[in-house]
Amino acid sequence: MNKEDYEILRQTFRQEAAELLSELETSLLDLERAPRDTEVISSIFRTFHTLKGSSAICGLDEVSRLTHHIETVYDLVRSGKILADKKLIDLTLAAIDFIKEMIDSPQSFSHVEIDRRERILDSFRKLLPESLVEGQPMGQTGGDVRFPQPVKEKQITCRIHFRPSPNIFLYGTDPVLLLNELRGLGECTVVAQTEGVPDLYTLNQDFCYTSWDVILTTDRGINTVKDVFVFVEDESELQFDIIDNGTNSLEEKDCKKLGEILLEKRDLSYEDLERVLKNRKPIGTILVEEGLVGPGKVQSALAEQEHFHQVRERRLKEDAISNMRVSSEKLDKLVNLVGELVTVQARLSQAALCWNDPGLISIVEEVERLTDDLRDNTMNIRLVPIRTLFNRFKRLVRDLSKELGKEVELVTEGAETEMDKTIIEKLNDPLVHLIRNSIDHGIEIPQTRQIGGKPRKGTLHLSAEHSGPYVLIKVRDDGVGFDREMIHVKAVEKGLIQADSKLSDKELFLLVFVPGFSTARNVTNVSGRGVGLDVVKKSIGDLRGSIEIHSQRDVGTTVVLKLPLTLAIIDGFLTKIGDEHFVFPLSLVEECIELAREDSTRAHHLNIINVRGSAVPYARLRDTFMIFGDPPSIEQIVITRIGRNRVGFVVDQVIGGHQTVIKNLGRFYQNVKGVSGATILGDGTVAIILDVPKLVDVEDEEDTDHRRGGTADEHSGAEHCNRGSVGG
Amino acid sequence: MKKTIITVDDSASVRLMVKFTLCELGFEIIEANNGIDALQKLEKKQAHMLITDVNMPGVDGISLVRKVRENPLYRFIPIIILTTESREGKKREGKQAGATGWIVKPFKPEQLIAVVKKVMG
Repeated sequence: MNKEDYEILRQTFRQEAAELLSELETSLLDLERAPRDTEVISSIFRTFHTLKGSSAICGLDEVSRLTHHIETVYDLVRSGKILADKKLIDLTLAAIDFIKEMIDSPQSFSHVEIDRRERILDSFRKLLPESLVEGQPMGQTGGDVRFPQPVKEKQITCRIHFRPSPNIFLYGTDPVLLLNELRGLGECTVVAQTEGVPDLYTLNQDFCYTSWDVILTTDRGINTVKDVFVFVEDESELQFDIIDNGTNSLEEKDCKKLGEILLEKRDLSYEDLERVLKNRKPIGTILVEEGLVGPGKVQSALAEQEHFHQVRERRLKEDAISNMRVSSEKLDKLVNLVGELVTVQARLSQAALCWNDPGLISIVEEVERLTDDLRDNTMNIRLVPIRTLFNRFKRLVRDLSKELGKEVELVTEGAETEMDKTIIEKLNDPLVHLIRNSIDHGIEIPQTRQIGGKPRKGTLHLSAEHSGPYVLIKVRDDGVGFDREMIHVKAVEKGLIQADSKLSDKELFLLVFVPGFSTARNVTNVSGRGVGLDVVKKSIGDLRGSIEIHSQRDVGTTVVLKLPLTLAIIDGFLTKIGDEHFVFPLSLVEECIELAREDSTRAHHLNIINVRGSAVPYARLRDTFMIFGDPPSIEQIVITRIGRNRVGFVVDQVIGGHQTVIKNLGRFYQNVKGVSGATILGDGTVAIILDVPKLVDVEDEEDTDHRRGGTADEHSGAEHCNRGSVGG
Repeated sequence: MKKTIITVDDSASVRLMVKFTLCELGFEIIEANNGIDALQKLEKKQAHMLITDVNMPGVDGISLVRKVRENPLYRFIPIIILTTESREGKKREGKQAGATGWIVKPFKPEQLIAVVKKVMG
């Protein structure tokens, strides 16, 4: 390409970039109006993608790098992981302005611009949810924060033998590029085997005579490694062996060498040993001399040894530096102390406001910031990957499938997802139940599967992923799925629903969690005794989580457990009745509306309110907790959402959001329904944390009890799952 | 007769870069800015090689390759995918669709020249 060509290319790029950028501006303004419009989001993503490609081609690396990061962010928007809010759009527009400047004067890229770029990138990073940013303690905004990387798997080391077909060049592939791609995947040692290269007279430059041995340590999974060779795999000799699967097999050299033992026993002096060793030839040399192995092969084996050595050594070092064992007791104590600190800090803030001393207030604000950081970091320490739990199930699946004569493969995903240690511990039993259930009732015996056109081997898929402040754990099987009819019949039989009631799949499937419900015809050793699934529901409920079931006949069943990240601190919503404070978990609160006295009179005290056209039942917490005194003339209804239903709770006054450190109520109050704990407010008073789903149950029971006294027939279990019937 | 290569990309700069690089080798280069455009141009004139991007509006690169391979005239021509695409599994998808090679953007002119020289003889 000559100078003129370059000039034309630059011109074309400028024009194209201008078009793309103005297109982006329009799309972004569209997005502001409709933040969930997937078409607009896709178009923005694609435009950035194009811009990235063309700027890279034209050598504008800085532009390419910046657009690459923005593209990553919009990929997350596209997959629904983050929302395109005003902040993001403003920032993107600012980035576009910056890109324009960079394109207009690419020469003047000084440290001022670099600073500006870093600032823009930093702001983008701050918009990413913490769960998506790797290796970043919560709340930290340091410069080393990285963008999400491709999904990481367990670190493996594999040996790749690659002998391309001699005419690989003719297919348009350069093996060196493939090797470079491998180098991009992780730590890589490449040894070329050049023994096949003929002398210059017979050498045909169009043929490839070399083969390669590669040792690669990567965390991207073996499939990604194999995919590098996808275009040459048919014509080449390729072999992949995983020689280390990441477990800390550090006991490599526990057995001592002969010389070391003799030294220890003082049968041999150090000097003598040294002298003998010096004269001895390395085994590789001996083998080559004997003509048993070619020098290339020895070199490759030595390289492998060296590679391993380094990886192991580094892993040891990393382990020693980056990890420390602390007893969980100490950690719990720390969490408790931080909880106390958060409470005291709230009191301090309140007191400072009363004193109204600007000097004091600024100090208090500083303390507030530090406390927040401390709290986030402490909570973060308690998070551990769910891997340990998942690993336990391998054995379970193996044993169970053997026992039941089934073939089941366990596939896990997202094992690196982090959760509070206490939650992970408490998840064991429910997950065991679900897995047992899947293998026993879900996955068919191999013969049946073959007849049904499925692979002999059933798959049990266990996955964990972050979703906002929750972790979703999914247990999926490709078995028979739930039998709608049978559950319906059984539910009618047990008197849970009426024969003609029409329930959605979701509602119907949830009935299997009702105590004593089992559709299994035969009680096996594994499941079908009617105990189990209700226990699952209870334990998940205790963890403030929820369950959802998706199932399709003959395709399979997925059970989704939605669990909070941590148990110790929640975002609460503080309200007041009389002199008492009550905290709702903020995640359940949907909105607050006013309830004037005449409104409730008009509705004949039926405790149902009209919220924009839909009837929402509500309960008076004043009555539930028997608080005496007169309510104000205008009360507030806190509308909460539990599953698909909305339920309102009447309180006197709404105070607002409140970081709530959960304290246990102690043994005496363990069986009080509707209360999950307590917290201490800034001024030292105690507030009750409401267990909203249980509270609905309580209200429901009282309600049905009451009704049972009147017309016993009306009592039906459908209300048990359709919780919208509080006070109805 | 000059052999014809068609380059498909929604970015004019990329097309131009390919064009400049390959003109020097004595090929005739036809530009197409998306999959549909490319299919039309392939109908009009017999091409000897296809170089295409993956992410394009409308018919994307991989669908384009699949469509092109349906035409008996183009069953055996070399098709190189030239892309920034790095999502896992995409490369395999491209191969299954019938592509013969995969080059990652940004490419160096020499790299493209080497590949084209080899496959076009």
